[in-house]
Amino acid sequence: MISRKLNLLTTVTRKMPAMLAALLIAVTGTSVHADGHGMKVGFIYVGPTGDHGWTYRHDIGRQSLESELGVEATFVESVPEGADAERVIRQLATSGHKLIFTTSFGYMNPTNKVAKEFPDVKFEHATGYKRESDNVSTYSARFYEGRAVIGTIAGHMTRTGVVGYIASFPIPEVIRGINSFTLAMRKVNPDAVVRVVWVNTWYDPGKEGDAAKALIDQGADIIAQHTDSPAALQVAEDRGVFAFGQASDMSKFAPNAHLTSIVNNWDPYYIERAKAVMGGTWASVDTWNGIREGMVSFSPYGDAVPADVRAAADAVKEGIASGSIHPFDGPLNNQAGEQVIGSGERLGDGDLLGMNYYVEGVEGDLPG
Amino acid sequence: MIPYLEKRAEHSQTMVYISPFIALGLTLLGGIMLFSLLGKSPAQALYAFFVSPLTSLYGWAELGVKASPLVLIGVALSIGFRAGVWNIGAEGQLTLGAICGGCVALWMYPVDSIFVLPLMMIGGILGGMFWASIPAFLKTRFNANEILTSLMLTYVALLLLSLLVHGPLRDPDGFNFPESRIFHDAASLPIILDGTRLHLGAVFALVAVGGIWLLLSKSLIGFQVKVIGQAPAAGRHAGFSVNRMIWFTLLLGGGMAGLAGMFEVSGPIGQLLPTISPGYGFTAIIVAFVGRLHPVGSLFAGLLIALSYLGGENAQITLNLPIAVTGVFQGMLLFFLLACDVLIRYRIRFKPVSRLRHG
Repeated sequence: MISRKLNLLTTVTRKMPAMLAALLIAVTGTSVHADGHGMKVGFIYVGPTGDHGWTYRHDIGRQSLESELGVEATFVESVPEGADAERVIRQLATSGHKLIFTTSFGYMNPTNKVAKEFPDVKFEHATGYKRESDNVSTYSARFYEGRAVIGTIAGHMTRTGVVGYIASFPIPEVIRGINSFTLAMRKVNPDAVVRVVWVNTWYDPGKEGDAAKALIDQGADIIAQHTDSPAALQVAEDRGVFAFGQASDMSKFAPNAHLTSIVNNWDPYYIERAKAVMGGTWASVDTWNGIREGMVSFSPYGDAVPADVRAAADAVKEGIASGSIHPFDGPLNNQAGEQVIGSGERLGDGDLLGMNYYVEGVEGDLPG
Repeated sequence: MIPYLEKRAEHSQTMVYISPFIALGLTLLGGIMLFSLLGKSPAQALYAFFVSPLTSLYGWAELGVKASPLVLIGVALSIGFRAGVWNIGAEGQLTLGAICGGCVALWMYPVDSIFVLPLMMIGGILGGMFWASIPAFLKTRFNANEILTSLMLTYVALLLLSLLVHGPLRDPDGFNFPESRIFHDAASLPIILDGTRLHLGAVFALVAVGGIWLLLSKSLIGFQVKVIGQAPAAGRHAGFSVNRMIWFTLLLGGGMAGLAGMFEVSGPIGQLLPTISPGYGFTAIIVAFVGRLHPVGSLFAGLLIALSYLGGENAQITLNLPIAVTGVFQGMLLFFLLACDVLIRYRIRFKPVSRLRHG
């Protein structure tokens, strides 16, 4: 009883600023933007918030904005990348949202188009490269750094020497992840290979599960994925092989099979950008953060990961964070065995952004 | 006691016109219950769904943008459905139209000529017709079920689009991302209302409604559609060719769907993307049936369903209602509309289990 009352009390106190702001708006007819309470931030998602992957992690970031800064953070979920996106973004801009995060690549052109009409609203587009007006920023995470860490674990732990990789669409982002994973794996285990299945979807538990089954049937004893559902982990759990989670901690879906998950951590970035808008210091930037800044992080290792493998994986994490290791350090050969860069060289961001070839050790043809 | 439906000997003509309003009333009631259960103010929620999207000129224009492809495809499909030709693959025909129209635009880049758009339209129509001609051929030649063939070809079309934008049609300056270059001005649909996205496609949708209404009510082929749909044997006896009807309705549906696809890429989207349509080709089937397979009915059904999408987005933004609630609410609307229609033509009777068992 007492605790419930206490809860009620804390809820009321926590909501006090918002209530006061509402009161102020009601009385004076003006909104209070200056101190953040009452500032509206909008999010547009490509998937459902319950996907346990990409959209789920963005929504966690949105919630942290609400709890940390007391701003009102609206979202619209499952918005198709096409003609509808522009309307939803414009609707967010016209309904008083001062900062709008558009969290999928396909929103790039609509975001830039709407941004030109609303110079007072700040737009943040995830994973794109166009900033056509000075109220547009782009941001993404160096997920390939995380893939180098899980590739290291896979290299140590595969027995069959075949690792399965469920890939979504053949865009540079995904190809870069496959390559980073493969390079790290073969540093540890030069004979191991990666088999890729392209499922042409970001989120389709049925297809992802089928891909995992096919890969396991072809001898894969570890499954990595660049899709958003935990379906592949559940298949791995059933079939007694290992798997990595994607975007969020997926250990609960496969307590035995789960080795670790790359966790997308947008919270600090979202809070920093919202604060910048409130403080009037927001400027158009292109952010590409990784392990060092914490945008790419990891869930705890599964029980199956032995101590020496943990140590090796931790060393890669620390090396990437300090800059002593880069996932695309040479020597680096393409799939055909031709040298791309030699020893002592390193691929630059420009090469990474447009990457459209497999490295040595990936089996099969790249579609498209 | 088991309920069953018994066909009414004669259905009330008044009820045919009143039924949509009864359905709307029931939907409002159901909505009030749904939103109250969720702890939201029903008045606010219904306002967000049905009124607030239409409080500005821009909102009306967006309604037109969303409804145009639905109406364009819906009216064309309703002809086929009347004739008993079940083209379920308009989504694929739309995609082929978008591909062909888009290819014309990219091929003519950066030619600035008034002929670019007409050529794109012809490309879109031919693309959609070509895709629909496959089920037509399989149906007339091998009697293959067009429901299956047209549906399966939809997935082929979507994969073809994906292949093209990941490969040959990729923007040369686009960092290998899967999208074409943005169409140049001569390949973009003119806007018919300044400051909005309302494009030429809306005019074509209205023309299609009028044209198909004339076709159905005044032309011989319209008469044949109705006869073959209602009484195939009588149609055959009168010498109407069922095969010709299959070809005609599929090509008409495919051509219009293709045109709608071309309008989408040349209008609101402005480039070829891996996904073009949020299922317009499938939603148009609902539009055709909610519109009672009548051209004018399809127009209103298309507007209503478009409004429910706009309202759903709006309810998410203003009331933080999850998208699932939008889905349930849309489902309720369609359920009541179709249920009322069923009850106009049929009545519910009860019969004891024993009688049922003995036939």
